[in-house]
Amino acid sequence: MTINVQLSQCVLEYDVSLNAKAVIVGAYEHPGRDLPDRSAQQIHAEVALGALADAGLNLQDVDGFFCTGQLGFGAISLAEYIGLKHLRYTDSTFTGGSSYLCHVGHAALAVASGKCRIALVTQGARVRGIVRGAKLAPDTPEYPFEAPYGETNLGIYALAARRHMYEYGTTARQLAEVKVAASYHAQFNPNALLRKPVTIEEVLASPFVADPLRRLDCCVVTDGGGAVIVTTPEIAAGLKRQGVEIRGHGEAIKHTMSGRLDMTYTAAVWSGPAAFEEAMVTPADIDYASIYDSFTITVLMTLEDLGFCKKGQGGAFSADGALRIGGRLPINTDGGGLCNNHPGYQGGMIKIIEAVRQLRGEAHPEVQVKNCRLALAHGTGGGISRLCSATLILGRGDA
Amino acid sequence: MSGFELPAPSPLVVPETQPFWEGTKAGRLMLPRCLRCSFVIWYPRQFCPECGHNAVEWFEATGRGSIYSFTIVRRGEGAYRETPSYVLAFVDLHEGPRVMTNIIDCDATQLQIGESVSAVFCDAGDSAALLRFRPILTE
Repeated sequence: MTINVQLSQCVLEYDVSLNAKAVIVGAYEHPGRDLPDRSAQQIHAEVALGALADAGLNLQDVDGFFCTGQLGFGAISLAEYIGLKHLRYTDSTFTGGSSYLCHVGHAALAVASGKCRIALVTQGARVRGIVRGAKLAPDTPEYPFEAPYGETNLGIYALAARRHMYEYGTTARQLAEVKVAASYHAQFNPNALLRKPVTIEEVLASPFVADPLRRLDCCVVTDGGGAVIVTTPEIAAGLKRQGVEIRGHGEAIKHTMSGRLDMTYTAAVWSGPAAFEEAMVTPADIDYASIYDSFTITVLMTLEDLGFCKKGQGGAFSADGALRIGGRLPINTDGGGLCNNHPGYQGGMIKIIEAVRQLRGEAHPEVQVKNCRLALAHGTGGGISRLCSATLILGRGDA
Repeated sequence: MSGFELPAPSPLVVPETQPFWEGTKAGRLMLPRCLRCSFVIWYPRQFCPECGHNAVEWFEATGRGSIYSFTIVRRGEGAYRETPSYVLAFVDLHEGPRVMTNIIDCDATQLQIGESVSAVFCDAGDSAALLRFRPILTE
């Protein structure tokens, strides 16, 4: 992809395509969902070792480290705790649940440019049974104008859902379809927090938590996390495990635009096209998609914004089992954040890991997409009034 | 729900936003407008995030608006943890900005997107009042 940047006086032209210049060679999802006896740092270490073992690499092979920096002093505290001694590149980008998709994109850039060779991305979280504290510090710019009114993530997604219903005729049944598909997949995942399939009627019978969203429109709250290893194609070729190529990456921030917020779309309208262009593919080419599902409405809006259907048609697109295995676009075959895992209120890492499983052919046989060659993983971090959307296109190395 | 019994946590008031909060204490909705491009800025800032100009003027807005979206939150957090339910909303001010707020003094089950509302100021400590809204009753 060649980008022309026109500054006031000069035109810069440079090649920034990362397509297949970096490879995911290790992936590991912590099997735990409720880990009262672990610390968050222990979980970081466990998933780091799990992903390295999956890749056939050792701790001291790592020379790039990516984490959100929420635990301790940026990435430094965890680098020390885990025992990473040869780091020459680090990135603690924090964009909520989409952080990990940003990290993989940034890691691809780092290994492609030679800044590091073996990059470790980790997530570890311990939140169950702990009352969620204030999301933000009181001196955060927007805080005085939102927090005193009882702003919550749930509340703002509900505001987005109602507006989407108002503008496009989206229905509660269509939202429920997303949960039904997730629960169908989750029954095959022994580690999923919620494994029982539910019906549309059961979703609609669950109580409102912030109308029009009901309890079963919301993701689970879990402990745990995961890790992935990103390296060069040359190193990947020497490893035993099948690598997954990073074909495209896009990320974008959308916010309230100085008080002119439109709640009916996300920054996926920008991150998606950037990733598709870099990968030189279109939504029609995608065999499997991990779509961030903090709430059911998140999925419908994201499917529209990524171009899987027209704007406003996410509900119709998702009806009749379309998002289930065998449907027109199987998504979140691990059960997603709605049923499987959403560690520490951040689901992005798990989205990447299930896409890797699908491309390796290692999803549960009941939910494995046949001949899965191209997958998309998407994260939505922050809220729906201000957020960072991040999109990855991943491909099987031999296809 | 009448609304005046809702929590009213004190916002952090800093010099940049003080004209807005002083206005709320006096029952007036004061907004900043860019001195170059006339954009009405929300949340309040002392520069224009649209055109980059670094000077604004403050003016009194009508306090009238309409509901962009609303929800009845039944699972509050923080100061709202013990509040059984409340209406969280975005309201479009006549002057342009879309602001987060609560709708009070209403039958929450009867609210509609597009409904006209007017500003109500609820005391929140010594230096601020919260900008909330109530439906405008039409006879």
